[in-house]
Amino acid sequence: MELILIPIITAVLAAWAGKWSRWISLAGSLVTGFSLLYFFLNFNPSGGVQWQWDKAWFSSAIHFHTGIDGISMILLLLTNILAPLILLSAFNRKEDMPLLFALIIGMQGALNGVFVARDGLMFYIFWELALIPIYFIAGLWGEGDRFKTTLRFFIYTFIGSLAMLASLIYLFSKTPDASSFSYESLVAVKLSVKEAFWVGLGLLLAFAVKIPLMPFHGWQPSTYTEAPAAGTMLLSGIMLKMGLYGLLRWFMPMVPEALPVFVPVIVATGITGVIYGALIAIKQNDMKRIVAYSSLSHVGLIAAGIAVAGETGVQGGLLQMFSHGVNAVGLFLAVDIIERRNQTRLLDNLGGMAGQSRAFAVFFLVIVLGATAVPFTNGFPGELLLLKSVFGYHQVWGILGGITIIFCAVYMLRMYQFSMFGEAKGTSFPSLQWHEWIALTGIVLLILLFGLFPQKLMDISAPAVKNLLLLIQNTKEVIS
Amino acid sequence: MNTLFLILLSPFFGFLFSGLAGKYLSEKLTGWISSLSILVSFFLSVQIFIGLGEGQAALESSAFTFLSVGDVFVNFALQADRLTSVMMLVITGIGFLIHVYSISYMHGDAGFYKFFAYLNLFVFNMLILVMGSNFLMLFFGWEGVGLCSYLLIGFWYRNAEYGKAARKAFIMNRIGDLGLLIGLFLVIANCKSLEYRDVFAAAQSGALSSGLVTAICISFFVGAMGKSAQIPLYTWLPDAMAGPTPVSALIHAATMVTAGVYLVVRCNVLFEMAPVAQQLILWVGLATSILAALIGLKQNDIKKVLAYSTVSQLGLMFIALGVGAYSAAMFHLVTHAFFKALLFLGSGSVIHGMGGEQDIRKMGGLKAAMPITYYTFLIGTLAISGMPFFSGFFSKDEILAMIFTEQPVVWFLAVCSALITGIYMFRVFMVTFLGSFRGTEEQKKHLHESPALITFPLIVLALLSLAGGLLNLPELFTHGHAQWLKNWLSPVLGNSQDTLHHPSHQTEWILMGIAVSAFLVAWIYTRNKYISKAAVPEADEEIQGAAKWPAGKFFVDELYDGLFVKTAEKAGTLFAKTDNSVFSGLMNWVSSGTSYLAGLIVRLQNGRIQSYLLYMVMGIILMLVLNIFR
Repeated sequence: MELILIPIITAVLAAWAGKWSRWISLAGSLVTGFSLLYFFLNFNPSGGVQWQWDKAWFSSAIHFHTGIDGISMILLLLTNILAPLILLSAFNRKEDMPLLFALIIGMQGALNGVFVARDGLMFYIFWELALIPIYFIAGLWGEGDRFKTTLRFFIYTFIGSLAMLASLIYLFSKTPDASSFSYESLVAVKLSVKEAFWVGLGLLLAFAVKIPLMPFHGWQPSTYTEAPAAGTMLLSGIMLKMGLYGLLRWFMPMVPEALPVFVPVIVATGITGVIYGALIAIKQNDMKRIVAYSSLSHVGLIAAGIAVAGETGVQGGLLQMFSHGVNAVGLFLAVDIIERRNQTRLLDNLGGMAGQSRAFAVFFLVIVLGATAVPFTNGFPGELLLLKSVFGYHQVWGILGGITIIFCAVYMLRMYQFSMFGEAKGTSFPSLQWHEWIALTGIVLLILLFGLFPQKLMDISAPAVKNLLLLIQNTKEVIS
Repeated sequence: MNTLFLILLSPFFGFLFSGLAGKYLSEKLTGWISSLSILVSFFLSVQIFIGLGEGQAALESSAFTFLSVGDVFVNFALQADRLTSVMMLVITGIGFLIHVYSISYMHGDAGFYKFFAYLNLFVFNMLILVMGSNFLMLFFGWEGVGLCSYLLIGFWYRNAEYGKAARKAFIMNRIGDLGLLIGLFLVIANCKSLEYRDVFAAAQSGALSSGLVTAICISFFVGAMGKSAQIPLYTWLPDAMAGPTPVSALIHAATMVTAGVYLVVRCNVLFEMAPVAQQLILWVGLATSILAALIGLKQNDIKKVLAYSTVSQLGLMFIALGVGAYSAAMFHLVTHAFFKALLFLGSGSVIHGMGGEQDIRKMGGLKAAMPITYYTFLIGTLAISGMPFFSGFFSKDEILAMIFTEQPVVWFLAVCSALITGIYMFRVFMVTFLGSFRGTEEQKKHLHESPALITFPLIVLALLSLAGGLLNLPELFTHGHAQWLKNWLSPVLGNSQDTLHHPSHQTEWILMGIAVSAFLVAWIYTRNKYISKAAVPEADEEIQGAAKWPAGKFFVDELYDGLFVKTAEKAGTLFAKTDNSVFSGLMNWVSSGTSYLAGLIVRLQNGRIQSYLLYMVMGIILMLVLNIFR
């Protein structure tokens, strides 16, 4: 509850606070982070859903019901570690932008709400709530054809959301006496395969747009490219994990009856996206676009791994959600730092920055290596588990997905090389500011820490993942 | 802390020290501390080596659980058995010499501290590769050394060509890594473990079908192709010469590129069960050995010749592995590390003396100005060409003798490859050091012998190249005593070695005679051409006829470029276009209609979005609070 209220109240304060808004937002974000720390330190991974808070809301059927299990914990950690870093990264805006900071911190609250929701309608409300700040961030401070882009983004996600709402309401109507939107009762609903297919399709549409899976990614590259850095970081770092989280928690246990139909499709589209995104990234000139398409490539693998529904796939997916969040924020931060200093982010016009700022060269290198999944960085263990599980599902998809380790090296190194190596093209590279140091150091430490000790995260989510998988399997067995 | 982790951490601290503090300290201090960190590992490795020699069991040590998810369980664990200890001595021993050499060689470079940091990081990763007790640890080191190789090839980052070479190396290695990774997945799925011990036990107990073992072995060999530069993934290694010469000596000759050989020897149990994979290794090794030697004949960059020579010698090691002669391959790995490191460092000394020149056509007559470099390079040349009683003679002879009993045809082709090796090595040696100087006047004035920090490692390596054969003298010379290295490795190789038969002593004498004749033919041919006739290799434009092929490296780079690189780029461009028009365009007409409406609404709002948004948020909060606390 604190995780939702503190940021939202802070957001209101920050919106009126003028030049102090950045500090108020940062403080609010950190306080939220510390309250999560309290939960984290007292968290018992095998203790099921903890700190439940359940109150009837609009009606007796719709509850404000929160609770944290291991899966939620991973995503909460991600959200509340990254949010302050994203706020910090926006500090280099000279002008006062109370609203920007307010929206970012508000987003933190909405995202926390999504990850702790134990009630179907509450989940939907926060899902939508999380959409609003990013819509304004992209619309107000974006570049290029920002209005059209934002609108496209809005339409895509809104259509998905409506489909999800329809599915949730249908599930609700099937609970005994249409009495409850609670997670447990929705999961307990038995559907025929045909019903499950349509309900699943609705849910999947919302999640596939947000992740985004291959044919539903039309909004993504342009939105990532044209939104301001902070918005892109929120989107790629945390928000698209809503889709993956939804896939895991709200899609698969709801419609286990129809999984035999859905899983091959998700794996196929996911892996196709892996290769498709990577191929496009290889030829891009705009650094933001490279990262955007690489993101498409990475999340495809995560979705495929989760869909396989084995322990390695789901755990690997969670690990990679966390790592990808950190790395994506790191990459966009690096691109933003480069763009602010050179007034361009086109590779053709960049070069030689390694000679101008050694510290930045090292930071950026570690982030790039993390994204390339080199051992001892956080990208590696997750990718290993995901590829292993997809390989176990079907060897051909596994090998095709494995090509990512080659392509990813191609576009990431190309990007690093063209921007950092060669003769310097930019006139000068002002040294990093204090808030950039903090943000970059934080990200690099996270990359190295979970590169070496991924098991620390895995221990948090292991029991919850096992429970979830049991849920999926049990329902399956009941059907058969 | 136990010795194994100390060996690993010493270079790592060297890395941290050089990387973080090196910038603020003098070159001497950074260089020496970094070198000492390797020396510590070397002494500890010697200690372990002695312990193993006295009959101690292999050391093992586990630090923490890296991953435990589902059926994937991996410890961060190290081990040191007899095979590992040989590799450790080579890595830290030669590593130390090359560090010392680099203190002088890299003197005055702006990235001096960075160079030592990378070099230490490399040794750290290479040690993980050989000391890991499971396949994932091996993979850690495997990728880690690839990364260091990338960083060091592109060390002089302002040069875009070097950067390209670095990327090429990393990406080609990653193609191989995918093979290795697939092998790992097959192992996990079928053995439920990645520990060497468990996997080999499972294989020996017959729990794995022969088709599966073959698939695993071939996957591993694909990994080895990348790292050890075998056809078709060899083209990165010659380009890798863009890195500073000590890097070429350490990474691209003595240690990293032999990782593939180590992998196969480590998995001898598996490969013995997969004759198909062995055949593949044999023929790939043979083809690589001959192709690279042919290309080496026509190169004029001193480092490129040595690079192709490395590819060719690695091919020879794989031939040995293909017939199951593991200890022979290891023997050649060790002697090759000695003489090839020597040759590279020697070439570095030459390049240093020539002020950066690498083209042998512009050298000549360096003997007078650089005597130590001259004599040590001569020893290296004789060793690699198979001069009797030099280290390379024995190790090559061992391999040839083993092949002869198994595959006489391959034996003949391998002898041809050895003959070509002799020719291109003498060519380089004679054109560089003998005859008259062909450089500029200015270069001639500056020509000098390198300082002691450079010549000292050369002398040590020359002695090793000279005497390295003692490690594994053939039985012909030891009155029937078992060969030392073979004997040393026997606990690791187990039954794998017993299936091979040495030829009879009489045959062995004859084979040795043939090898010596090949050496002599190479010597006489090149002497006649480059000394008596004082020929100088022709300029690139003058190359005609069939010689164009090896001179143009058989145009494999161009082939790959057309086949793979261009295709991928074309696909990328095409997809990028369609991505914009199809997927986005689909939505555009939907959104353009809506955006018209939205435009109207925005006009109504007069841009006071901030207030509206705020009201909305407050409304939501009110709704929340009222409903909860009613």
